[in-house]
Amino acid sequence: MSESDALAHYVESNRLEHFVNYELVGKSALRVQRWRDQWKLKRRKPRPDSPLSPPLQCVAYMKEIMSRHYLEGRYASGVRKVAWVTSGAPTEPLQALGYFLVYPENHAALCGVRRKAQSIAEEAEHAGWSRDICSYARTDIGAMLSGKTPAGRLPRPDMLVCCTNICQTVLHWYRVLADYFECPLVLIDTPFLYDEAHDHEVAYVKRQIEDMIHVAEEMAGTTLDQARFAEVMQNARRGAELWLEVLNRSQNRPAPMTAFDGFIHMGPIVDMRGEAVAVQYYERMLHELDARIARGIGAIKNERYRVLWDNLPIWFKIGEFSKSLGEHGVNVVASTYTYAWGELAPMIDPNNPLESMARVYLHPILNRSTGHKLEAMKKMVDEFQLDGVILHSDRSCKPYSLGQIDQRDRLSKTLGIPALLLEADHNDPRDYSNEQGANRLEAFIEMMEARG
Amino acid sequence: MSKVSSIGIDAGSTTCKLVAIDCDGAIVGSRLEPTEPRVEIQMERMLAALRDELEAGPEAPVIATGYGRKLIKEATRNVTEITCHARGVFRALGRAGTLIDIGGQDSKVIQVGDNGRPVDFMMNDKCAAGTGRFLEHTAARLGVPVDQLGGRALSARGEEAITSTCTVFAESEIISLIARGADPDSILRGLHRSLVGRVISMVRNVGIVTPLMLSGGVARNDAVRTMIAEAASEEVVLPGEPQLMGAYGAALLGGTA
Repeated sequence: MSESDALAHYVESNRLEHFVNYELVGKSALRVQRWRDQWKLKRRKPRPDSPLSPPLQCVAYMKEIMSRHYLEGRYASGVRKVAWVTSGAPTEPLQALGYFLVYPENHAALCGVRRKAQSIAEEAEHAGWSRDICSYARTDIGAMLSGKTPAGRLPRPDMLVCCTNICQTVLHWYRVLADYFECPLVLIDTPFLYDEAHDHEVAYVKRQIEDMIHVAEEMAGTTLDQARFAEVMQNARRGAELWLEVLNRSQNRPAPMTAFDGFIHMGPIVDMRGEAVAVQYYERMLHELDARIARGIGAIKNERYRVLWDNLPIWFKIGEFSKSLGEHGVNVVASTYTYAWGELAPMIDPNNPLESMARVYLHPILNRSTGHKLEAMKKMVDEFQLDGVILHSDRSCKPYSLGQIDQRDRLSKTLGIPALLLEADHNDPRDYSNEQGANRLEAFIEMMEARG
Repeated sequence: MSKVSSIGIDAGSTTCKLVAIDCDGAIVGSRLEPTEPRVEIQMERMLAALRDELEAGPEAPVIATGYGRKLIKEATRNVTEITCHARGVFRALGRAGTLIDIGGQDSKVIQVGDNGRPVDFMMNDKCAAGTGRFLEHTAARLGVPVDQLGGRALSARGEEAITSTCTVFAESEIISLIARGADPDSILRGLHRSLVGRVISMVRNVGIVTPLMLSGGVARNDAVRTMIAEAASEEVVLPGEPQLMGAYGAALLGGTA
């Protein structure tokens, strides 16, 4: 190949764009942006009227690393192999193989937080997708069809990995993606656990992970480097341990962060578990939380009641809920959702990577019985010393919402604490009635007040 | 000095209610009007009229409840209808139990504790099925005044099943039933059955602690009361002024009684 051909190939393959826009300019610009954010956070004037303490300083870093991730995504096609994966997919081998990972669920949540989800989901609805389908799926399919996204651009996938440990919708959703993008789809089928996983179930999932590695190696034209894989596994374990520690810091009174902070700060553990950057980020966050605890600073200035949140957040209401609950002295200190990315940390064994991955990816809360979730919630009520539970009955997430009526009933009857079933949707504002929702939340707070 | 110790306002979606109580917690005056679009202006006027009638000054606390509660400028505090209805009915009937409050926009089942405070509650979800508005809309379609609904439903010879719980779709169902020559009273009976079915599923969810108590505007409807008693196999007791219980509870929360 002549020099000019090599240059042409370089330009065509997107590498030049990737180098200039991402490596050279983008990363530096985001670093400067982070400095500005840090400067602003440091000089932020106290707001005596706000029920909330100032935001955590580390949020500037999180913004940088998440923006960097999405920015790289814009230019990743042709430079790195790209895999689109479900939030509970066994991604560690893909990372070790150098894949750039896109999490459509995280992207849909981003659209939700930015209040773009409805208009993007409508693109899918106009194309015939039913409103009864999960709003994450509708948001991502809408983005895929229309190109609308607050992330700028998502790279086209070279392969798809769909793991059924979170729901069965992903099975159908990823088939649609495979058809649209004409790329291979690897399915990891995780049997539902009524109790603990049996050995044959672990063996079954392990075999599928091995198959995924073969497909990924073939697509990438390389083989899995065991040393690099071990490093990713170490990071995955350490990142999950740190995330769990971060969440458990809210067992302190007052809690240094809210579950709403957790919903925002979980970005790196979802999108970058296995990467050193996630480990560094949560080390930083833990350090800041410890400093808050040492000084007795709570996320809510006047923490009167401590509450558990069950199910996904209502992404388009995070800020509003955080403020309105804060005004009543209510701190949502824990959530089953954020916990899902930390509670399995002890199961991750870098010395036995494939088998431990099979175990970990079989045991997410959504792949286990409703009785298990009830017990997990009771444990959290005890460990976090909670005064009430809000169960978000999420129209889109049927597996998470199944059993909530009984769970609510048992929590309120056996523990004697108020428990509220709040009807909404994680991404679609059309499925939440503002007045009715606010009224229920206020009545729930009055019930906690009545208990003293 | 005025005998008024506290005033409760219930700015509901269908009607606005005002109750004034004395220091013993007895009702000394009340007002009830259909809700107007500018509820804050309406309330100011109603409050002034009640104060004039009772020769009360502005010193008595005003507690607001209902969907329009946050619009009441004179309110010293605002509290949800759940807490207010529980308190009002507890005081009026003197006992704890399971309270069903069917209002214009929502229906609630409240477990009232021994101290008159709500222990647990459940409300209709994101649609108006199972609320007063459901009956109001469908009654209008049949041309029957709201206060005759219950009596006519109870005296019907038959019962037409209404399968749609959606207020709007139920209306279409009624149109086709009328077109087929169905007896309007039998349609009314079916409508009541449908509403009670929704309410009873909430009651079963919260659980029945006897007695079953009923408040809110729809409590004045005999058919609803009778059908709830039948469906739950329990006696249903009513306070003297079921529609005023939200405002009464609010007044009690403001007073010392």
